[in-house]
Amino acid sequence: MPRQTMFSGGGKMIRNFDARSAILSFVILFAGLFIWQITTYVPETELVGTVLSDEQQEVLLSKDMAAEDIEFYASQGIEFSQIDQIAGLGLSREMIEMAGGIQALGISAPDENSAPAPGSLFPSPGQIGTELWATITDPFYVAGTNDMGYGIQIGYSLLRVVIGYTLAAAVAIPLGFLIGMSPLFYRALDPYIQVLKPISPLAWMPIALFTIGDSELSSIFVIFICSLWPMLTNTAFGVANVRADWVNVARTHELGSVKTAFTVILPAAAPTIITGMRISIGIAWLVIVAAEMLVGGTGIGYVVWNEWNGLRLDRMIVAILLIGVMGMLLDAAFARLQRAVAYTE
Amino acid sequence: MSKPFVSVERLTQQFPDGAGGTLTVFENATFGIEKGEFVCILGHSGCGKSTIMNILAGLAEPTSGVVKMDGFEVSGPSLDRGVVFQNYSLLPWLSALKNVIFGVKARYPDWSKEKVEDHAKEYLAMVGLDGDAIHRKPAQLSGGMRQRVSIARAFANHPKLLLLDEPFGALDALTRGTIQDELVKIWGGTEQTVFMITHDIDEAIFLADRILLMTNGPHARVAESVEITLPRPRSRTTVVDHPNYYAIRNHLVHFLGERSKELAGQDTGAEDNKPETIRLGQTGPRPAPEPVLEPEPESSGPDLRAVNQ
Repeated sequence: MPRQTMFSGGGKMIRNFDARSAILSFVILFAGLFIWQITTYVPETELVGTVLSDEQQEVLLSKDMAAEDIEFYASQGIEFSQIDQIAGLGLSREMIEMAGGIQALGISAPDENSAPAPGSLFPSPGQIGTELWATITDPFYVAGTNDMGYGIQIGYSLLRVVIGYTLAAAVAIPLGFLIGMSPLFYRALDPYIQVLKPISPLAWMPIALFTIGDSELSSIFVIFICSLWPMLTNTAFGVANVRADWVNVARTHELGSVKTAFTVILPAAAPTIITGMRISIGIAWLVIVAAEMLVGGTGIGYVVWNEWNGLRLDRMIVAILLIGVMGMLLDAAFARLQRAVAYTE
Repeated sequence: MSKPFVSVERLTQQFPDGAGGTLTVFENATFGIEKGEFVCILGHSGCGKSTIMNILAGLAEPTSGVVKMDGFEVSGPSLDRGVVFQNYSLLPWLSALKNVIFGVKARYPDWSKEKVEDHAKEYLAMVGLDGDAIHRKPAQLSGGMRQRVSIARAFANHPKLLLLDEPFGALDALTRGTIQDELVKIWGGTEQTVFMITHDIDEAIFLADRILLMTNGPHARVAESVEITLPRPRSRTTVVDHPNYYAIRNHLVHFLGERSKELAGQDTGAEDNKPETIRLGQTGPRPAPEPVLEPEPESSGPDLRAVNQ
């Protein structure tokens, strides 16, 4: 009787539900990867080379041509008659290359660019997997200013986000408290907040670059300005909506305004404030990628743009994947914080 | 004539009525509360009971009139006046114990952590809360348990005046009875002065030394002060058998049913608009000091209404 098993043993059903959702997730993943693999599949092209008969080999060897040179020219797809011509020159491969290659000597050879184009430039999941593994196993290498491990590049981005975000929190939360507790300040500052809030954070970039001058500080400023608004408005809303009863409890216990703010209003408004902080960190992580594409230099956003310019799509996709994972971790950290301060009335 | 411990003098509260005029909720409300006395105030909705309580607590300002406690004018909230709100007003992010500790710490900032905690636990035990329950958050407690925590928090602070704003209004009848018994028990042990708002006539009779009756609003006032001439300690089952019980109860029912309407807007005619003191039934020797009573020649007659001054 399947009906009975459905309705008996809730815990078991939830475990089954977890397992079912996990299985479905994997099915979707493998289906996606499979389709991706198919569409980016490039059939192994036949080795473009000339097959020399034993007699032809003998002829060339008898003209004092090194065996490995014969093999090399054959692999380049050069016909026997032309190799014979090269052999007639009596020059080693090194000397020919120093002279500018066989083309410079008037011997026609198949052009590399005329080789059949591969089916797709877009990397297959396999290629990305290889690149991802390389990144995971060696995330912190430094091989030059434009070639650093993604661990380091994510670190740069994270540092900018943390600095800009912390500054924003240091301004937004006290200011939000003030606005939330004082109707006068709320009314006075509301128009500014309403106008400044919808401005795209990147629109501040030119102003920042002009006034601050430094591109590093400018991207931090952009993070600051984009993290500010959700924290500010949520803190103000949370503080303004603390139940009057709880404030009265503080008043009847003769708590001063500072003590009331910390022992009653802060814990009461904490869930709303943390929600604002969670929205802010999400926006900051979105914006840092765009900001780094704009200012360049370091950071995971710059990496994406740099790999695109170098047409290393496999590395670019790995970088994009890392951005997603990092964003998820940041959000999860705030979700945990949110649960820690939550309360039910 | 000495002033009572708490003296409410000609309290008037007006609000804008939304149409450009003013609405006078109550006018010249005057009464006193003696030290150690348990006073209940009864009246219909809209007569301003809760406003009077908020003024006593210092949470609201009257339009005119003063409240004096111990000879000093009340201005702003104080730890000397503890409040138990109808909706418990526990801080939901703190456990029951922490809620009481919150109050005790505010009252005795120089006490050690252990002393504060022991004190809080002692008062929680007095209202029948101990063990695991005191570590639960208010959301995990029943309504009755929450109100017990709230009462423990108020009593633990030893306020000079305890204000209860319909503390049992949201509870079912059985729970209400149990907590009333606990309240009486704690009150008996502490000699606490209590002022309580209630809608429940039987609750008021069971708990109070004196019941203040308010006329209907607007222009409400405290019209009568009914002494509850029932011996203490009272028990829920025997108190109803006392001959005075129904005399008092009938008087209260008649007042709330008819006279609160008829008397609305009239002054008592007494000095300072003091309420008429009503004493019903046979009164035995009372241990409590008699408030503002001038010599009354007929005060011992059965079913007699004696008018003060």
